Amino acid sequence: MQKRVTFRNLWLPYLLLAPQVTITLIFFIWPASQALYQSVLMEDAFGLKSEFVWLENFEAIFTDSNYLASMKTTAIFTVSTTLLSLSTSLFFAVKADRVIRGASVYKAIMLWPYAIAPAIAGVLWLFMFNPGNGIIMLALEHLAYNWNHVLNGDQAMVLVVIASAWNQIAYNFIFFLAGLQMIQQSYIEAAAMDGAGPTRRFWTIIFPLLSPTTFFLIVVNIVFAFFSTFGVIHAVTEGGPYQATEILVYKVFRDGFVGLDLGGSAAQSVILMAIVISLTFIQFRYVERRVEY
Amino acid sequence: MAHVSLQGVRKSFDSLEILHGIDCEIEDGEFIVILGPSGCGKSTLLRVIAGLETLSGGTVTIGEKIVNELEPADRDIAMVFQNYALYPHMTVYKNMAYSLKIRGLSKTEIEQRVQDAAKILELGDLLHRKPRQLSGGQRQRVAMGRCIVREPKVFLFDEPLSNLDAKLRVQMRFELRQLHESLKITSIYVTHDQVEAMTLADRLIVMDGGNAAQIGSPLEVYEQPMTKFVAGFIGSPAINFFNGKMSGDGSQVELVDSTCLSLGKNGLKKHGGSEVTLGIRPEDFKVVEDDQAMIHLQVDMVETLGADTLIHGHLGKIDTDFIVRLSGTHHLKRGIKLPLSVSPEKLHFFESQNGNRIQN
Repeated sequence: MQKRVTFRNLWLPYLLLAPQVTITLIFFIWPASQALYQSVLMEDAFGLKSEFVWLENFEAIFTDSNYLASMKTTAIFTVSTTLLSLSTSLFFAVKADRVIRGASVYKAIMLWPYAIAPAIAGVLWLFMFNPGNGIIMLALEHLAYNWNHVLNGDQAMVLVVIASAWNQIAYNFIFFLAGLQMIQQSYIEAAAMDGAGPTRRFWTIIFPLLSPTTFFLIVVNIVFAFFSTFGVIHAVTEGGPYQATEILVYKVFRDGFVGLDLGGSAAQSVILMAIVISLTFIQFRYVERRVEY
Repeated sequence: MAHVSLQGVRKSFDSLEILHGIDCEIEDGEFIVILGPSGCGKSTLLRVIAGLETLSGGTVTIGEKIVNELEPADRDIAMVFQNYALYPHMTVYKNMAYSLKIRGLSKTEIEQRVQDAAKILELGDLLHRKPRQLSGGQRQRVAMGRCIVREPKVFLFDEPLSNLDAKLRVQMRFELRQLHESLKITSIYVTHDQVEAMTLADRLIVMDGGNAAQIGSPLEVYEQPMTKFVAGFIGSPAINFFNGKMSGDGSQVELVDSTCLSLGKNGLKKHGGSEVTLGIRPEDFKVVEDDQAMIHLQVDMVETLGADTLIHGHLGKIDTDFIVRLSGTHHLKRGIKLPLSVSPEKLHFFESQNGNRIQN
């Protein structure tokens, strides 16, 4: 039997819980329920009265070609950001794992990008890719490559993917590095004695043994790309050009606060909520039990 | 199959030297056990042979080839790790096939070899399990199997039985020896367990602080320990040591409480008058009639183990505690004086200064 601490005072535990519960109620439950409620209402053009419309908002969303396009954009953006960020950070982690001298300095420096807010990261990259005088821009000019993310949707997408991925690399790096250091040296030695070279050892032994970490990071990165990249998009492209970088979370903002379609925007955020709930569920269910080899 | 030759093998980590120059010739098909306490460098020596550590000096030769500069993979050796190091994400079959696949063997040949090894080790039913679904003994066998399939020149074992429970350890020890009898592959086995060492080895290398204190067959090491350290390390309960002084003509030795032990016919004439350490194994004492006794043991405690009786006692003064092991059951009272004798050839003498054996 586990020994449980019990409070003699009946009210103390509730008092201690109260701040957390209050915060959750005010900043999560209440807005979430408002969104749910709003999503079944339609407001008139002047915002004077609203009408209960059942699921018409959802119907409108799923028949809206703009929304479907945004879904596709989100998918491309999320997959690219996650892939780019994970592969880069894995590469750095493998390199850092081999560093002996000055390892802690290297690790500390690698962590810095995580301290930068996504919007700032976006602006940073925006400067570097600035079509007028960005430093990378100038380099591309030398290569006679025509870069203008203000006009070219694909290039805009590349830019926001780079900015978002860069912001997330530090976080992934730390997890990968910890994961690599958890792998017993003897597996690698055994593989070396079995005749596997470094590359082969990595793909047949290290990478599979790292899979619990990788899986966890995939989920976390998808959630990041879905939601936390709002700042990057807002600062760099504002969803443009021609909605080329308008991911779902940005569309919620645009339709709701710029387009003032509160019902439709609320319905969109309900869908996003469903997505994040299912991702969290996957994460808890599989990460807690760890991925089985 | 190959012989292994170690010449002046040295290993340092930064300024700390772990191995101080080990020389040993290991014959083709021999089972060599490297025995020593923790921190004596035995695992380091094995890892140097494996190529997992680089040498700081000397040469390692496997077969006819000096392998100092070769990668572990190119040395044609296989190793069983202490924790087995079975790849956890692969089935038993894949674990065993891994090295063969890397060598580019055909599918049918891999299948053949794995099945053969599985048959020898009775792993047939387990081939499609993952390591975590196996018991300790089964994992141990898979680790063996992974080595056997490669048909290497040399097997290396790094304390492979230390993670098993006592009963399984005895069984696996037996199986290991049998396997060696049938495969006849040169084997080098590291352990700190003297029973494992004595039962498995053709020859022992007893390590002491980075040096090979003695190399010899288990019985040689037991009967003729070359240093005080070896004498103290081999044998359980451990050998009794007494400080003593050789008589002038080397015919007898006087212990602290003025007990004198005769050295028999020959004596140690050259060492007459020198300070020595005398070693007597607990099992070499005999209970005799009072008038024939060489030593009278003051009994402090008696442990009856069934097959044996361990008698703890002393010679009358401090620092003369010792243990006597008699076979069978003896009911002795605390405080009595037990008359004992030891045949002169069972007395081991070591120089007080450096602990080296004194021989005729």
